[in-house]
Amino acid sequence: MATTGVDAPGRAQIGASTLRTDRWWIQPAFTFGVLTAFVVYSAWRVFSGQYYYASPYVSVYFSPCLATDCAEGALPGGPISWWWLSPALLTAWIPLTFRFSCYYYRKAYYRSFWMSPPACAVSEPHGKYTGERRLPLIMNNLHRYTFYLALLLNIMLTIDAVLAFRTPNDYQWGYVGVGTLILTANAVCLWFYTLSCHSCRNAVGGRITHFSKHPVRYKMWTVVSKLNAHHMMWAWISLGTVVLADFYVYLLASGRITDFVFFTV
Amino acid sequence: MGYSAKFKVWRGDDEGGALEDFDVDVNEGEVVLDIVHRLQATQAPDLAVRWNCKAGKCGSCSAEVNGKPRLMCMTRMSTFDPAETITITPMRTFPVIRDLVTDVSYNYTKARMVPAFAPPADLEPGDYRMAQVDVERSQEFRKCIECFLCNNTCHAVRDHEDNKDGFSGPRFLMRIAELDMHPLDTVDRRDVAVEDHGLGYCNITKCCTEVCPEHIHITDNALIPLKERVADKKYDPLFSVSSLFRKATGRDKAPETPKG
Ligand code: SF4
Ligand code: SF4
Ligand code: FES
Ligand code: FES
Repeated sequence: MATTGVDAPGRAQIGASTLRTDRWWIQPAFTFGVLTAFVVYSAWRVFSGQYYYASPYVSVYFSPCLATDCAEGALPGGPISWWWLSPALLTAWIPLTFRFSCYYYRKAYYRSFWMSPPACAVSEPHGKYTGERRLPLIMNNLHRYTFYLALLLNIMLTIDAVLAFRTPNDYQWGYVGVGTLILTANAVCLWFYTLSCHSCRNAVGGRITHFSKHPVRYKMWTVVSKLNAHHMMWAWISLGTVVLADFYVYLLASGRITDFVFFTV
Repeated sequence: MGYSAKFKVWRGDDEGGALEDFDVDVNEGEVVLDIVHRLQATQAPDLAVRWNCKAGKCGSCSAEVNGKPRLMCMTRMSTFDPAETITITPMRTFPVIRDLVTDVSYNYTKARMVPAFAPPADLEPGDYRMAQVDVERSQEFRKCIECFLCNNTCHAVRDHEDNKDGFSGPRFLMRIAELDMHPLDTVDRRDVAVEDHGLGYCNITKCCTEVCPEHIHITDNALIPLKERVADKKYDPLFSVSSLFRKATGRDKAPETPKG
């Protein structure tokens, strides 16, 4: 045991990295597993560059589709003409950096990947710790910019969800398939996740000291604070809906299933 | 309905020590501190323990029970299985004095480093007027009983003795947040939060929040908002440009008026 750690000179010499008797490792192990699976799945889909449009649905990873050789129907399908890799690479960094710098995901990966700490009152295995004071982790202080970009992205995904109410062949309004519901649910969950963000909470009112002079912003802060209390929950739910929304489009576009239609004009 | 429970209690001082085994009677409704008192009364009269109120309000009886930082007076025996061995140790981040008593002076040193509340110079003490909505946020932080369980659990100092110089721990960063949000405080505390108190050491892993016996949302309501306020000033290029603009146009606050 390192003598600078929990058994540093002068402290009670207990000689165990933790005396916790509960199964404290379940939570970091679970988080590690799910986040790894998410990253692997997303990387596969983002780099593959195919099966992302199944009329009228577009995959979340490929929207907005900014390359001119995007699949027909994936909007806006331009203006970048010189791009030769998967079009998802043009935009997927936005949700990636948004989630990477999110205060909740920071907690999650510091605990489960860095083990800093793996759980409360369980010693971390590192001899030195500098926190978020240096590069690269000090960059997490710019989370707010990823939040602004994520807002723009959510607008696009909301448009995608609305366009999913059109018929697949001739784009007539009045169509509801399983995909319509999934895309809509995903957009809603992403709004909850994004608006419950800590940077959002600061921006709408948290940075103000005199709420009494800014009643509207105080009201907004109150609402965002309520959402913010469940930010972790929305982080997980929206992670799930993103995968579901993409995977459903993948299954349709690769011809493995056909859309179940509830209603069509 | 009483039973005999197995305990391991750390005994020793800064020279060394070990966990000692005890069998102690437990009665219905008792808390861990009751058992420690029974130990003192029966088998270990020289066992050192610090306590005062037995009501979770004085913050003296902080220790670690089965490895979890807790107040002994607020840890009910009924939460344990009668067959389980219960381990009690002193807090593991502060120097031990004897048995369950630690030297928590690190916390007082850090407390003294926080710049005092500074109301506007022309405001007499009897003339303070504040709207409830303006003080509500900082009132949550006033529930603190200074048990220092949060500072004890924060891995930045618990696992790294060498960080104690640069980092004041969640308790005092929360105090800075409280004053920074205070409607009558005139000091901009964002630089000291980073430079003197080491806000950047906190990686928002929330262990302070997990152990706080007052259930204060330390991370969500104090530390993260403080990080965001610091980002406004120190890390956000656009925000810096806009505040330069406000200064140039005279729309910025004069230094002696309360913060906007
Ligand atoms: S949230 Fe920050 S201050 Fe609180 S225990 Fe974790 S690292 Fe320490
Ligand atoms: S914030 Fe909570 S855990 Fe920390 S000293 Fe105050 S009451 Fe104790
Ligand atoms: S998205 Fe999680 S805190 Fe901003
Ligand atoms: S004895 Fe006062 S808090 Fe436990």
